[in-house]
Amino acid sequence: MSGFLHDFFDIPSDLQHSWLGLIGLHLREALLPVAAGLLLALPIAQLCVRFRWLYPPVLGVTTVLYAIPSLAFFVVLIDYTGQTELTVMIPLAVYSLVVLVPAIVDGVRSVSEETLAAATAMGFGPVRRYFQVQLPIAVPAIIAGLRVATVSSISLVSVGMLIGNQGALGNLLHDAQIYNRPELTWNSVITTALLAILVDALLVLVRVLLTPWMPSGTARRKQAPALEDAAR
Amino acid sequence: MNVLNFVNSFFSDSAHWHGYDGIPARLGEHVRYTLQALLLAAAIGLPIGLVTGHYGRGGNALSLVATAGRALPSFGLLVLMTTLLGFGMLPVMIPLVILAVPPILVTTYEAMRSVDPSPVDAARGMGMHESRILFQVELPVALPLILSGLRSAAIQIVSTATIAAYVSLGGLGRYIVDGLYQRNYEKVVGGATLVAVLALVTLALFWAVARTAVSPGVRRR
Repeated sequence: MSGFLHDFFDIPSDLQHSWLGLIGLHLREALLPVAAGLLLALPIAQLCVRFRWLYPPVLGVTTVLYAIPSLAFFVVLIDYTGQTELTVMIPLAVYSLVVLVPAIVDGVRSVSEETLAAATAMGFGPVRRYFQVQLPIAVPAIIAGLRVATVSSISLVSVGMLIGNQGALGNLLHDAQIYNRPELTWNSVITTALLAILVDALLVLVRVLLTPWMPSGTARRKQAPALEDAAR
Repeated sequence: MNVLNFVNSFFSDSAHWHGYDGIPARLGEHVRYTLQALLLAAAIGLPIGLVTGHYGRGGNALSLVATAGRALPSFGLLVLMTTLLGFGMLPVMIPLVILAVPPILVTTYEAMRSVDPSPVDAARGMGMHESRILFQVELPVALPLILSGLRSAAIQIVSTATIAAYVSLGGLGRYIVDGLYQRNYEKVVGGATLVAVLALVTLALFWAVARTAVSPGVRRR
């Protein structure tokens, strides 16, 4: 058993990273694109909220972009950015953007007219109203979008292995084949899945901390629309 | 030379249009894998989603399934299954189906839950049988969302089946994986174009199905 554990964490030297090093690399390759996607999605979503006619075409473009398979996206970019990390990160940023724009638009739109009117009556300008009223109320929807974007991003980084070992933990899959060491495949799958679950749990925690007025736990949140239906 | 030149020379080479590695053969393989995996996943996900959504039970378990399904790395799972079961169709079908079931299952459940309860109650009050309520009242209203779940599953399968070329599956991913190994960028980009077009055609097909299958009364809302 200890032999297996030793093999499990014995990363071949051609990857030039320890197990923890690969985790760090994987997180960077997965999370930086999500952050970039969020930074781009906020202004785009705000434009869509402001100009309603803009939303349907934006939604159409995002649906089309999201349908492009990751590997196809990677290899077309090779011509421009080479077999580098950036080639993996650009498509992931686009996918994150595509998930986040509708999430933010729905979140910001869910703020009721009364709330907005109250904020205006209290003398909030449009900018302050956006940052102090609309954005905080949209936090649960934004975090829900972030959870989908992050988890799929963590899973997709592994595919970067196919374009010249740019897949962080995914590179273990290739080494498992060439060195005939199946335990490295297990390592890759388990570590990637655990990373995804951990980051997902962290995002849930962030939501609980950012929205102290909401009941904790997703179960009760889901019942809220049903309650509204009953009242109506 | 930019990407478009590569794409153009790939498609104008007649050698790419014939034989077992020709575009028609590879495209046929890809479509077949996608349909097989989608049918299997729908056969598992739709009935469970419809029934749990109808009775409103098991939502927490389903959201757990959804999170777990998303967290599983598709590529790693493909390689792992091939390591465990050897090369072939089964080790590829298992991950494709495992990844496609959660979106179908969860969206179907959510779709059934989001149906306005008053017509359902009215139908029940008129003495409609539960199965007729499910198929004649709830299903038509829930159909657009259910179709969107099937659509995400189909697109995910098209995408993952491409990656499966690494574990010796046929299909359009062959061009990308083989092209990368042969340092034949023309082949790589040609394959990527075909896969992207297939994904977009899938999207368009689901749009067309939604246009024809969804009742006009539901669509207008």
